[in-house]
Amino acid sequence: MASTVALTVARYRPEKESEPTWETYEIPFRKDWVVLDALNHIKDRLDGSLSFRWSCRMGVCGSCGMKVNGTPKLTCATFLSDYLPGPIRVEPLDYFPVVRDLVVDITDFVRKLKQVKPWIIREEEKPLSEGEYLQTPDQLDTYKQFSMCINCMLCYSACPIYGLEPGFIGPAAIALAQRYNMDSRDQGAAERLDILSEHDGIWQCTFVGECTKVCPKHVDPAGAIQQYKLSAATHWVKSLLLPWGTR
Amino acid sequence: MSADPHYTLYHPRWYRRSVSVWWWLQNRSYTRFVLRELTSVFVAFFAVVYLWQIRALSHGPEAYGQFLARLKTPLFLTVDAVAFLFVLYHTVTWFNLTPKAMVVRLRGKRVPDWVVVGSNYAAWLVVSGAVAFILLRG
Amino acid sequence: MVERITPLLWLLFSAGGTVAALLFPVHLFLTGLAFPLGWIEAPGYEFLHRLLAHPVTRLYLFVLISLPLFHWAHRFRYTLYDGLQLKHLTTLIAVLCYGAALVGTAMTAHLLWTIR
Repeated sequence: MASTVALTVARYRPEKESEPTWETYEIPFRKDWVVLDALNHIKDRLDGSLSFRWSCRMGVCGSCGMKVNGTPKLTCATFLSDYLPGPIRVEPLDYFPVVRDLVVDITDFVRKLKQVKPWIIREEEKPLSEGEYLQTPDQLDTYKQFSMCINCMLCYSACPIYGLEPGFIGPAAIALAQRYNMDSRDQGAAERLDILSEHDGIWQCTFVGECTKVCPKHVDPAGAIQQYKLSAATHWVKSLLLPWGTR
Repeated sequence: MSADPHYTLYHPRWYRRSVSVWWWLQNRSYTRFVLRELTSVFVAFFAVVYLWQIRALSHGPEAYGQFLARLKTPLFLTVDAVAFLFVLYHTVTWFNLTPKAMVVRLRGKRVPDWVVVGSNYAAWLVVSGAVAFILLRG
Repeated sequence: MVERITPLLWLLFSAGGTVAALLFPVHLFLTGLAFPLGWIEAPGYEFLHRLLAHPVTRLYLFVLISLPLFHWAHRFRYTLYDGLQLKHLTTLIAVLCYGAALVGTAMTAHLLWTIR
């Protein structure tokens, strides 16, 4: 078994350089270590200037997304032992501006997420006296998969359309819109349709499918988008043929 | 950049990477995706060939004979063979992706993907058999 | 303007893709390979002409040719736009692709309507 493994990390210090550079660190290899452990080792013992985001270290917060050997991954869920003998390349997520080292600016995603109104929209709130909204397990099943999204943005980093077309609203935002559209308590499907059927909405997607491949929570955003395309197209046809019937 | 943070004291220069025009060669999945998309060219090619065949049929036996002769040339045979492979690739990828777009629910439960994919292939066999039967009767 | 009918174009793309997926392999195999190479005996002119007389055959052929053309138009348009990053030509590409599909459809309709 190897005793050390090399990590080649992308560094970017805007005060010193105009382009990212690579730096290689030898870190002790432990078979239960993940890439995040290696990064923390670097920061603690080798180079305190390395900047990166992390939080829960158990795959639920979505903070530690980075590219490991070219693939977007959660570094807290990526074992060093899968990448032996190394060197392991760690870079910031694609298609987001790099602020420093492995930290990217995610404002674009947050803005797009807000645009799809990811909350229950009701025409009228049910008063407390009428009790809870009841939902059967089958009704929950229609949207549960899409609710697993942890906003880690690996899907944006995998989507070539997002890279080519920065205005594209993106996989996670559409999957989350669909999560609420399919929720039996929600009545906001029409409102979301207006935003999603715009030029930068669902129609930019060409079903590459990379987003689903990299999603660590198996949300299947590609599936959500195709399902949404079908329902949007059906709605369009219905509104054309029966203009008084829809809404 | 209307989503700038609101401090003005010091905003670091962000690094923005541009996407190369060869982005689709940098990753096996991306290349397979572009090949899948390019199957549409061969689909269009064959649609045009069939249109040409109908036109030849409408112009009489000599025109049709010329059409058939043209199809026997090595150029057309090669292109047809390549087109056939690409059209098969289209069929396979199309059927495998159908359950993603069309979620069928029976009595509240989602029909498993393999059932949808399987029924596509079954329909394909039935329809192909029917076409072959009709065309080969004469 | 093209954007307003995007849902329709996507439905045509889907329908065309399904027609192509189900029917093109067998047609292409027979017409492009098996008949010219003599693996299977090709149907004669008279037989095909008789088949064409049925209105059902004409309808079938119309669907067989026109829908896959629209499938190609939609898919190829996005391939050029994304793959070759020809964003500045987006309207021209859309017009050329859907225009070509419309021309093909019109030619098919005309042929199938007037054939004797």
